[in-house]
Amino acid sequence: MNARERMLGRLRAAAPAQVSDDDVTRLDAGIDLHYDSRRVASPTPALVESMHAQLSASHAEVFRATERTWPALIAQRLQQANVKRLLLDTSRAECAALQQALPHSVATRSYDQPIEHWKAELFDTIDAGFTVARSGLASTGTLIVAPDAGSPRTMSLVPPLHIALVYAHTLHADLHAAMRAEHWHAGMPTNLVMISGPSKTSDIQQTLAYGAHGPRELWVVIVEHRADNAGSTHGDAA
Amino acid sequence: MNATPMHFVPQQDFKARARAALDDPKLRSSFRGAMDFLQTKRRTQFPDDDELQQLRDLGEAVRQHALSRLPDLLVQLEEKLTARGVHVHWAETAADATAIIHGIAQSHDAKRVIKGKSMASEEIELNHYLEARGIDCIESDMGEYIVQLAHEKPSHIVMPAIHKTKADIAELFEQHIPDTRYTEDVDELIQTGRRALRRAFVDADIGLSGVNFAAADTGTLWLVENEGNGRLSTTVPDVHIAIMGMEKVVAKLSHIVPLSSLLTRSATGQAITTYFNLITGPRREGERDGPRDMHVVLLDNGRTQAYADEQLRATLQCIRCGACMNHCPVYTRIGGHAYGTTYPGPIGKIISPHLLGLEETADLPTASSLCGACGEVCPVRIPIPELLVRLRTEANRDPNEVVAHPLRGQGAKFSREEQFVWRFWSGAFAHPRAYRMLRWAATRLRGFAPKNQMGWTRHREPLKPAARSLHDLMRERGQPE
Repeated sequence: MNARERMLGRLRAAAPAQVSDDDVTRLDAGIDLHYDSRRVASPTPALVESMHAQLSASHAEVFRATERTWPALIAQRLQQANVKRLLLDTSRAECAALQQALPHSVATRSYDQPIEHWKAELFDTIDAGFTVARSGLASTGTLIVAPDAGSPRTMSLVPPLHIALVYAHTLHADLHAAMRAEHWHAGMPTNLVMISGPSKTSDIQQTLAYGAHGPRELWVVIVEHRADNAGSTHGDAA
Repeated sequence: MNATPMHFVPQQDFKARARAALDDPKLRSSFRGAMDFLQTKRRTQFPDDDELQQLRDLGEAVRQHALSRLPDLLVQLEEKLTARGVHVHWAETAADATAIIHGIAQSHDAKRVIKGKSMASEEIELNHYLEARGIDCIESDMGEYIVQLAHEKPSHIVMPAIHKTKADIAELFEQHIPDTRYTEDVDELIQTGRRALRRAFVDADIGLSGVNFAAADTGTLWLVENEGNGRLSTTVPDVHIAIMGMEKVVAKLSHIVPLSSLLTRSATGQAITTYFNLITGPRREGERDGPRDMHVVLLDNGRTQAYADEQLRATLQCIRCGACMNHCPVYTRIGGHAYGTTYPGPIGKIISPHLLGLEETADLPTASSLCGACGEVCPVRIPIPELLVRLRTEANRDPNEVVAHPLRGQGAKFSREEQFVWRFWSGAFAHPRAYRMLRWAATRLRGFAPKNQMGWTRHREPLKPAARSLHDLMRERGQPE
């Protein structure tokens, strides 16, 4: 008998007789009720307000713009911040838009090879990474980032500045709502990260300091359609 | 680079270490300040008591449900992980776990391991073991890194360097990190730590992490952190090994929603931490980073002993938030190191006897006034005070007594004299005639009460029975007995 069988054997000898599926149904209903009963139905603009406030409280810098205005705004800020090398996924429409707006002083780089081929370059020469978040959680000011081939995990992690774009219409009220709406149970990507501010630590005498090991700075661009704002008056928000 | 493993510290010395900690004003002020800070932070996260109590009910229900199906959930988790290409290992003991991890390191010819924070790896003394075999282990969590530089052990499960002051750390960094000047500026200290560890992430062959929660339905490991070192450790090296106590699995990913909220709010008073890192398998075809080889080590190390007993099983509900120690009047005064075990404070007192046996931990369940604070703040409602009383009973039980689920080290504090005294006492109280005789003797022979009554007379006047018992007095007044 191997370790696995011995461990499972000990557990099975002590585990209660088969529990019914009603237990889990009741538990799921309890969780849903807890969150659903406390959630106030919020139109997109209210979610944006909460997202903005929570992210600011977590020391992130928040920009609100439309699809037309954001690239120039971020391009200008990148220049001011003296960013020289920006990592982004050039195959994405958002990145193409940003690339067009960038001044000559900001060079772009795409994540075109596996990390082991350019680890040192990634760690030592990239000033900022730009990613598009899948969605966000308004109540905690959280970005939901699902890395993929074009925007791998380290793009939002290794460069000292992370710039994330999130569309207002993708915001969820909270984690419970997001998980249900996005059917996480049906299958998860290899990595999914929830990001709620720049990297931080309180490990030295409970004093908060930013830029522990992840990005020192987090910029979040919330892109609002005009229809999002119209939604509050016409009641047909995205 | 590591200190002697902690559980080699003789447990009999617990009282001496507690005494030494009480006599150290600097240590006491560090802990007092830190605990007040964490208590306040937690309180501000739960302004609505109704919400808190309902969330605790859910947390308890999720954990109890998971434990009730634990063997099935572990098999399901293994299936899901294996389907994603993760290698799953089962470790019965700490020695098995370290050997498994060493084997993985050897198969990759690895020399350097970068570690995210993991209490399970502390529990199995992994750093010590690997370093003795020529493999470098570097802790990357700022607190763990500080503690490692000082050749110490964590004194708190969430904030490992909580016993250290800015000045201690400034000195440590100046001594151990090249080109570092003495400064008590916390931002500068953190940037120094960041700079010192940057290279280690790039150079590491293996990243090792713990696991906060695992979901059986999707095969997802859920890691909670603020610094980003956990993400780096699990992403940059080519190999990722995650070690988890076997009780950490829950049935569904959605069950982690209330648990993660309880964890961050109870632990550090944050609505959410900077990163929730959800890992479901190694790098897949077409992806450009993430480990290409991934392992999960499921650790027993005494957990099945707690599981076997219906009452003690509640110990395994723990989500390692540390709220019980933050609110414990004993922990607040003696700090984490005095316990001499990986897990200090109330949770340590109830889990360590299963990990190490009662022989080495028999004093720990007695280091409590049973004030109940730990049970009151526990986000998953572990009845810690009741479990402490139960463990005291087991430590004092006759080692030869046969019980359904004997604990390792049953009777470590057993004394025949004490057993005799209690038998005599219960016999006297159960038989009215014997009781009356004892009463008569105690009052009439009160002159023979000893002057030295051990612990009692160290700080107090000796006890002496009254000349007349209450029963006698009442009878004299004409009241029926």
